[in-house]
Amino acid sequence: MVDVLFYVFAAVALGGGLGVVLARSPVGSLLFMLATLFSVAGIFVLLEAHFLAAIQVMVYAGAIMVLFLFVIMLLNLGHDFRKDFTFGAGMVAAFVVAGVMAGFLARQFRGSGDHPLYAFFPGPEGMDALLAEQGAVGAIAHPLFTDYVVAFELTGILLLMALVGAIAIAKQRV
Amino acid sequence: MELEFTSRVDYIWALLPEIVLSIGAMVVLLVGVFREADDDPAAGDASPLGWISLIALAAAAMANGWLTGIPVASASPMVAVDPFRLFANWIFLGGAGLTILLSFPYVTRQRLQAGEFYTLILLCTVGMMFMASARDLLLLFLGVETMSIAAYVLTAFNRRDRRSSEAGLKYFLLGAFSSAFLLYGIALTWGATGTTNLLEIGEAVAGGAAVPGLIMAGMGLLAIGFAFKVAAVPFHMWTPDVYEGAPTPSTAFMAATVKAASFVAFARLFMEAFPALYDSWSTVFWWLAALTMIIPNVVALSQSNVKRMLAYSSIAHGGYLLVALTAANEMATAGLLFYLLVYSIMNIGALAVVMVASGHAEERLQIGDYAGFGWAQPMLGVVFTIFLLSLAGFPGTGGFMAKIYLLQGAAESELWTLAVVLALATVVSYYYYLRVAWYMWMRPAAPDLTHEEVWVPLPMRMGLVASAAILIFLGIFPGGIIDLARAATHGFFLAGVLP
Repeated sequence: MVDVLFYVFAAVALGGGLGVVLARSPVGSLLFMLATLFSVAGIFVLLEAHFLAAIQVMVYAGAIMVLFLFVIMLLNLGHDFRKDFTFGAGMVAAFVVAGVMAGFLARQFRGSGDHPLYAFFPGPEGMDALLAEQGAVGAIAHPLFTDYVVAFELTGILLLMALVGAIAIAKQRV
Repeated sequence: MELEFTSRVDYIWALLPEIVLSIGAMVVLLVGVFREADDDPAAGDASPLGWISLIALAAAAMANGWLTGIPVASASPMVAVDPFRLFANWIFLGGAGLTILLSFPYVTRQRLQAGEFYTLILLCTVGMMFMASARDLLLLFLGVETMSIAAYVLTAFNRRDRRSSEAGLKYFLLGAFSSAFLLYGIALTWGATGTTNLLEIGEAVAGGAAVPGLIMAGMGLLAIGFAFKVAAVPFHMWTPDVYEGAPTPSTAFMAATVKAASFVAFARLFMEAFPALYDSWSTVFWWLAALTMIIPNVVALSQSNVKRMLAYSSIAHGGYLLVALTAANEMATAGLLFYLLVYSIMNIGALAVVMVASGHAEERLQIGDYAGFGWAQPMLGVVFTIFLLSLAGFPGTGGFMAKIYLLQGAAESELWTLAVVLALATVVSYYYYLRVAWYMWMRPAAPDLTHEEVWVPLPMRMGLVASAAILIFLGIFPGGIIDLARAATHGFFLAGVLP
């Protein structure tokens, strides 16, 4: 059951990703992106990361997508922009690079649990123990406010600065 | 008192310079907002906000000096408290201070929003200091982004100038592109080693626990990301346009201090996380260094716009610094720090003179506009000549000694070809630096050019003279600073891994 659901979500996520690139209009791209974000949230649920799934839906699929839609609407970008693309050598090269990268990653991540790659991570039993001990929110909140507290605070500075900068270069009267 | 990081309160002490500077930046922002509220004509004067920023930088420098004497009992997994970071912090704080001190007339004349401008410079410096201290890829990325986003805004800051907006957009798009490389590299490195801590990555790589193909791909993408940030050829395409279009104080700040921060983080990343793969990355860096020394020096020969010429010159200096990264021994790393210090002073100084000489709308940037400048403004002419000679690497200036240390580092790693390229590139660069000096002193001024109206307030004069004096001093007595730099790199390497 979990396997079937995973393949469904993965297929929708990948198809949505392709759709973002290939859609005719920006609004179409946006809707495909929404589908991708929802399926990634579904995969998070399958991994028992319920909190991440909820945040993914609320923040990304909810707030950020609405903002994207507003920008598209305000800038009146609804036209078909496919004619802006040229299918030349650059496009072919891009697809070749993407294909090589995907093949490389598939080769690296292929195989069973005894691959050295999986030795670093706690695995399903470790996850279950963590969730039982701290709950879905605590498993994220605890490292965020202990081990990664410096990064958390720096993110605050980063956001403040981006805000100040955006206002400084976008405000009407200078 | 000593730092153990058993309690997280210790992070407040370990990050005191950063915290002090962030608070200072917010004070400048608030004061700037209240000053803009009333419409008195003096509100256009940038210097009060500039002085507050300088006080904040001085306070951060004091915190940095205090931190120098604090022993560290056990290292933190997130932030390094080592002499390397503290020495780098001196460079960033000094570069930011010099930029702010020399930018008063420009910010006032161009009617830039001083509060936001100085706040962004200070927060950009905070990002740099985090880059120098980051011992975790997560923190490193956040530091890089804090610095870069501030730099994008500083580039696009002059709203009345189309060139500034264009440069800002170009820088933003290519910077975001390079950040994607960096992030992908971080993701693959984490996938290959299961950790984002630099020292643990280093151990995993050295111990053979890292997944072989994945770690190489991750390292390669990280190198590409940083090569964009330090403007190494062939990832330098954005640099001339951005440096030419940006407001000149931003150009000075980016070309000197932002580049210094990128190099410091670059050095820490590759020397702490990937020393075991030295044979792989040194080959790549060898080519990057060689190309970055040759191509911009040749292109700079044909530039008639002085600001653009200095942009190419800053790319070329990145090439000299890459020699130090390729050599990666203690002498070369000490030379890197010394070079970054000297380079920040001379580059900010040279661009500050361009800043005042370029006129109200930055229209006098051609080399012909400098004809007779030296005789009309003797003080500016003399210090500009000193900055140019130091950039070229003339004996008797700090720039010369800095190159000598780089050559010494290259020789210790037996990089003879790179050393020869460095020396030849320096000789080529003499031509385009000295051409400006020649125009300044040997060519009569065109009748319609009036250099007399150039406005240089007293603090700026003092800053320029002090910078030139420091450069001469470092050219004759470099011993004290290079000893400090050597001490700062001591114990920076995993023992016995690097040559």
